[in-house]
Amino acid sequence: MGPRTLFEKIWDCHVVTHEAGKPAVLYIDLHLVHEVTSPQAFDGLRMAGRRVRRPDLTVATVDHNVPTWPRSQPATDEIAVKQMAALERNVAEFGIPYYGLHSEGQGIVHVIGPQMGYTQPGMTIVCGDSHTSTHGAFGSLAFGIGTSEVEHVLATQTLLQQKPKTMEVRVEGQLPAGVTAKDIILAVIGRIGTDGATGYVIEYTGPAIRALSMEGRMTVCNMSIEAGARAGMVAPDETTFAYLQGRQFAPQGAGWAAAVADWQALRSDEGATYDRVEIFDAAEMVPHVTWGTNPGMVAPVTGRVPDPASYAEPAERKGIERALAYMGLEPGVPLAEVPVDRVFIGSCTNGRIEDLRAAAVVARGRKVKEGVSAMVVPGSYQVKVQAEAEGLDRIFREAGFDWREAGCSMCLGMNPDIIQPGERCASTSNRNFEGRQGAGGRTHLVSPQMAAAAAIAGHFVDVREWR
Amino acid sequence: MEAFIKHTGRVVPLDRNNVDTDQIMAKQFLKRIERTGFGQFLFWDWRSDPAFELNQPRYQGASVLVAGKNFGCGSSREHAPWGLADYGFRTIIAPSFADIFYNNCFKNFMLPVVLGEEQVAELMHRAQAIAGYEITVDLEAQVVSDAHGFRASFEVDPFRRHCLLNGLDDIGLTLQQDADITAFEAGRPAYRRGFSA
Repeated sequence: MGPRTLFEKIWDCHVVTHEAGKPAVLYIDLHLVHEVTSPQAFDGLRMAGRRVRRPDLTVATVDHNVPTWPRSQPATDEIAVKQMAALERNVAEFGIPYYGLHSEGQGIVHVIGPQMGYTQPGMTIVCGDSHTSTHGAFGSLAFGIGTSEVEHVLATQTLLQQKPKTMEVRVEGQLPAGVTAKDIILAVIGRIGTDGATGYVIEYTGPAIRALSMEGRMTVCNMSIEAGARAGMVAPDETTFAYLQGRQFAPQGAGWAAAVADWQALRSDEGATYDRVEIFDAAEMVPHVTWGTNPGMVAPVTGRVPDPASYAEPAERKGIERALAYMGLEPGVPLAEVPVDRVFIGSCTNGRIEDLRAAAVVARGRKVKEGVSAMVVPGSYQVKVQAEAEGLDRIFREAGFDWREAGCSMCLGMNPDIIQPGERCASTSNRNFEGRQGAGGRTHLVSPQMAAAAAIAGHFVDVREWR
Repeated sequence: MEAFIKHTGRVVPLDRNNVDTDQIMAKQFLKRIERTGFGQFLFWDWRSDPAFELNQPRYQGASVLVAGKNFGCGSSREHAPWGLADYGFRTIIAPSFADIFYNNCFKNFMLPVVLGEEQVAELMHRAQAIAGYEITVDLEAQVVSDAHGFRASFEVDPFRRHCLLNGLDDIGLTLQQDADITAFEAGRPAYRRGFSA
């Protein structure tokens, strides 16, 4: 066998069967389940009289619909309550481990998987959620699937998969202070576009990726889907092993040693080739802000709202005109002068402890600008507990941020946390689509530091100059 | 499931790139636990605009959607193809599709067809210029055609084509390989045997 990429190694050792002219039957090591994309899959199993093949490789939680007000107050949205109740019935009937609303394990599915050690190098991981790509940070092949495929995995613990192409995104150099993993991925999407990686699995390589913490790598891999990629991944290294060791569901004892021995081989071989290579220089990267209605519509905070007239291609020009009309922005306005009404710090992209620490450093001893409403939503119950142990909640509260319970919250506004028509939000989440955070709402994607600074200044600021 | 072999229907053009699944099926409708009835919510925010293509009388009854590139990007929500199918679409034609959406369409026996940008532009032009414009999408022959001389062939994965033509349930197909899956499981590393609480 010739030199192989990380992706090819994981792919090869998960192929159950592969007949010519058909997709491969790929074994799935971990299936994460949440309330929104699973009820119809469980119904399908029941109608066909099928069982869940491997409940012991399946983990469920509630995250999308949960209110972030105190857990002592009940959820009030009747349809959401019904959906969460359906999940509870389904996990009980099919014997699936479940972290419910009042469990200490509850949280955004892509935060709790890594946090509890479910997510491990070399695994295939799926979930009925496009941000499953997050788990690729551990050197796993992790991707989002639809509900029909959720049913397929529940019934067979496999998926039918066409082999994707591979793309290396190499980030050379060292990130300057104030520039984050979020800015790396926004810069990548800004260059290659929201469909730039369609059909590919991205492997992120290079010194700037190696220097990232596991949480930073998760932020980068999380938004791979926003470039259209099937998955994003980073080869595991000592940073990965140090993060995992001792976590509840990570291998223990002799199993740990055997696992690490296997995981150390999970890197692209010398001489392995990718179908495409994109190279970036971290030293040139700056804090980014999106100005439009998809994550590829992004610019440095030092930049200006673009002028559609400067785009030659008619479809692109029309798209930008539409986006600016929706966003209520005039061409040529400096992004740092754009005022915000709302700030959201949280989500599977930036709702982990390091994100909250970084935002707290900016917010410490300051006050949220009058007229701005800002909220911090930890990615999981355990992130919340840790943040409170470190006193971060106090810093946020004293600065005037609303400190909430864990969930997906205003990233997609399925729960009561939504913005109003015309309101402009600085958000650490992953999508600035029309109406994403509430019908008529205007979303600007930024890093946690940038979001906290916008809350205090009342407009975007270059956080590199924050004093 | 209903097989897809050949379909002739009215075309509605949606001349926008990067139509995301949040636009196709907004989050407030994802709380439903049913698989049907999503058609009434399709393109919810855009449908409040009387000029929106789906609201125009000339496109009523359309079963063929012709759209811009990267159609279906974003969220994996299968509620988006459920909504399109429930509304009455049998096939969607675009220069490119987002990966998960493309896959979800096949699972619902709705055919996504990739044509070149110029061919898609021509179909949009004809749909706007010709009242009651219809096209035929023939999966068996892998050809899109109309009664006015348009004809374009398209590529589709042979296995997916086979499943659509025959209305096959792929879970049933995979379960026939149960012995292979069991054998594979026996060879998984010991440290990956399963999680116990």
